Amino acid sequence: MIAREVLQERVQISLTTESLSEERIAYLEKLVDQARTAAAVFTQFSQEDVDRIVKPMVLAGLGQAQYLARLAVEETKLGVLEDKVLKNMCATEFTYNYIKDKRTVGIIREFPERNLVEIAEPVGVIFSLTPITNPTSTVLFKCIMAIKTRNAVIFSPHPNAWRCCSEAVKIMYETARKYGAPEGVFTCLESHTLQDNAYLMRHKDVGLIDATGGPGAVKAAYSSGKPALGVGPGNTPVYLEKTAELNTAVVDIILSKTFDNGTICASEQTVVIDDEIYDTVLKKFSELGTHICNEKETELLARTVIDPKTGFIQPMAIGQRAIDIARFAGLSVKPDTKLLIVPIQGVGAKHPLSLEKLFPLLAVYRAKSADEALKVCVDVNHAGGLGHTAVIFSRNEEIIRKFGDVMNAGRIIVNSPGSIGALGAVYNDLVPTFSFGCGTGGGNSTTDNVNIYHYLNIKRVARRTQAHMWFRVPNQIYFNLNAVENIRQFPSRSTIIVTNPPLEQIGHVDLVRRYIPEGTRVHVSVIPDAEPEVKVITQGVEALNFYKADQIIALGGGSVIDAAKIMKLKFESPDADLEELAAPFLDLRKRVIQYPTEKVNRVRLIAISTTSGTGSEVTPFAVLTDKERGRKVTLADYSLTPDVAIVDPQFVMSMPKGLTADTGIDCLTHALEAVVSSYGSAYTDCNAMQAIVMAFKYLPIAFEHPGDEEARSMMHNAACIAAMAFSNASVGVNHALAHSFGARFGVAHGRANALMLPHVIAYNASVPTKFVPSPYQKGYLAHKKYATVADLLGLGGHTIEEKVKNLVTATEQLLDRLGFPRSIAELGISKEEFERAMPDLVKHAFDDPSWRSNPRMPLMSELAELFWKAYEGRGSAKEKVASAAQQTA
Amino acid sequence: MSLMAVWLRVDAERVVQALQEAGEKLDSAEGEVMLDFASVLRIDGSGLMALEKFAGRADHKGVKVALRGVNVSVYKVLKLVKLTSRFSFVN
Repeated sequence: MIAREVLQERVQISLTTESLSEERIAYLEKLVDQARTAAAVFTQFSQEDVDRIVKPMVLAGLGQAQYLARLAVEETKLGVLEDKVLKNMCATEFTYNYIKDKRTVGIIREFPERNLVEIAEPVGVIFSLTPITNPTSTVLFKCIMAIKTRNAVIFSPHPNAWRCCSEAVKIMYETARKYGAPEGVFTCLESHTLQDNAYLMRHKDVGLIDATGGPGAVKAAYSSGKPALGVGPGNTPVYLEKTAELNTAVVDIILSKTFDNGTICASEQTVVIDDEIYDTVLKKFSELGTHICNEKETELLARTVIDPKTGFIQPMAIGQRAIDIARFAGLSVKPDTKLLIVPIQGVGAKHPLSLEKLFPLLAVYRAKSADEALKVCVDVNHAGGLGHTAVIFSRNEEIIRKFGDVMNAGRIIVNSPGSIGALGAVYNDLVPTFSFGCGTGGGNSTTDNVNIYHYLNIKRVARRTQAHMWFRVPNQIYFNLNAVENIRQFPSRSTIIVTNPPLEQIGHVDLVRRYIPEGTRVHVSVIPDAEPEVKVITQGVEALNFYKADQIIALGGGSVIDAAKIMKLKFESPDADLEELAAPFLDLRKRVIQYPTEKVNRVRLIAISTTSGTGSEVTPFAVLTDKERGRKVTLADYSLTPDVAIVDPQFVMSMPKGLTADTGIDCLTHALEAVVSSYGSAYTDCNAMQAIVMAFKYLPIAFEHPGDEEARSMMHNAACIAAMAFSNASVGVNHALAHSFGARFGVAHGRANALMLPHVIAYNASVPTKFVPSPYQKGYLAHKKYATVADLLGLGGHTIEEKVKNLVTATEQLLDRLGFPRSIAELGISKEEFERAMPDLVKHAFDDPSWRSNPRMPLMSELAELFWKAYEGRGSAKEKVASAAQQTA
Repeated sequence: MSLMAVWLRVDAERVVQALQEAGEKLDSAEGEVMLDFASVLRIDGSGLMALEKFAGRADHKGVKVALRGVNVSVYKVLKLVKLTSRFSFVN
């Protein structure tokens, strides 16, 4: 920021305060107290109140711009009066132009589409260090920002700029007070010591330190433990590339580097010039009042402006005119010389003139290539200018882009002057500032041009969003007896029927073939009657390719339809990595892995279910067994959903009793879990509840009278309807328990579900130990939804608890009627064996994604408890409901 | 215990004056004093100073001070200047 020498005393700022006298501490406390009171009172001001004060302050600053500039030049002996006037005008007029219409009180921004509102909160008391180089302009700028944001400021000006700064503070304060600002809103330390600064930096009532100063001040600010805005040192590299408009570039560099005698820390320090244009550029510089130094003059200058002991530039050179610096060095230059140019052959400590020079002395470097030029610019950037400013003159977009990539600078100024360009609002659309954030490169917290938003705590009011939900099912579902005839309407050149051996043997395949349009080439792919393996999928995809299939008819239970879904996926997108696609996710819409959308083939999938349970004909799920790795791969994506579902009861008339019961309970579990799911909606509730009613009525009939066409048809429809519900609402903890238990003890899925079901209803109906976060639902509803189900089933009961209890009883009665074992113990599993298995059972159940939509978040201890209840069986569920009722009462 | 209700007008000058008047009455008060702030929509630095002074006098006399009807913006100001612990608040 500011040359190290100028702020030598600040470089040594320590945070020790021991030497402060009691009187001094009382004085500093009073300052803070005044500022704290002012900041507190300020919190009551409206935007209109604030804006009413800001405008006259800006006008006062503009009116006193020349007066304050003169004071600054007289006191600091730095810079150019005319330029300081311009700085004061920029600090007021340009800042006002940027802030005048901005809201800084109350609601400052609204994002209705995101249900977000931002509200401004002042930071309170700001302790502000101001520099010697831009003294009054920085004060004016900070005062205007502070009032606009309702903050109070204690100023600590550089000791050698105290009079002009305190006068600027006084002008701002008196104007602000006249238009209603709180008393004590600005104060200025009356002379100060480093201990004063240290004391105030650490004061508990100071909210923010804004340190515009040298590296010492910035470091002290950041070390204080307080939130701080500090700006880092600069060393601006300029790349003057061969395609640049040279006349513009040369004038811009001269005006920028000579502005206020080079005291702006963003001003150009080393210009790296392409070899092809080097001589031309130097000639142009020379023609415009610049003295190009020869080797001897360069050496003389280096000896004069660089302190050989420290390697830093001499303070006496800062902000001085070129002719004065030349005179000090013993150079003979024309009286109208405005800039000294020194050719350098390298960058760094061995080439001291390559470092920051806050006076009109500019280094130039002749680069043999763009590559060398960029590297030298990087060297300059890293030689004390990280995070600050870099400049390029070029018409080559590729070079400009590359320059932007390799420079570590908060401001990369293109084809315009560095110093005035970095200040913003004159040559570009950067935010106007007198404080340059230099990012981590400069030890700062921001790379921004510091502005009003850095003087605010921004509070975000985030309203609950009504998350988009969905209801996705195949766009064509044909149901009831002979629905298979609808295959006729799907033209195909080549169809592959994927099925199991038994289904082929009992004539189901022939039945389907009967309705495939004539002229269609049909191939039957018979796969094992088990969860599909990778090998089966690979063979299926080979067949699809061989026969150039445009249609798959999956005829079978869940495993056949799952296999067909995965075959379709791999046929259409051969590069799809199933392992990767099975990656876990929490929210379908935010998942990391995306299913492929680019397809090399297109094939229609018609799913004909031959069981009444999984509902795979309408679901977006598929399970694959990877025997080589000994694991299951579960795929879930709506792109897996079959295109057409056929729910024809003639394919389930011959289902054995056991399978009827197992699949039927799977259907009921799907519906009972979907109805209380935290992802549930009105769209899924109606399907789930309808499926529950149908299952309670028709499952016992289908079980006891397998030839009853109506019961078979209704159960077949119920399975599909329940699947439509859980495809969109998901399932719950019952499935997590059943998956874990079934896998460990080799128990069929439906049967495992049945063992858990009454206990899970009772568990979900009681007040959760932990709720599951869900933006989709308002409040805890599970017990009420079960009560609604009980009402739909006509189970009676007056209270919610009674109705839930009746639902549990009805479920238990249904399971009894279907002949299910009513406890895990009945399966012949010993208590010891079950106990041994418990840690794994709980672990796998907790890892299972099924429970994520459960209305209760299951604790591991609760999962164990549920397993034990299932082990003990009958009665424990009702006890749980009774206990829940007590809990509610 | 005697209760004393002091009506304070909105403008800052009146707050100061009312608090000064209330302060003078502290001598005859015992136990608890209640100041009605319901009409105070905004408080400035001088009002805060007067309030702090009043709290000091009340402490000295062993009188507790309750502020009634303080609006939330003024309450926040009192919080920021750490004055809330000096009073009790009644809605």
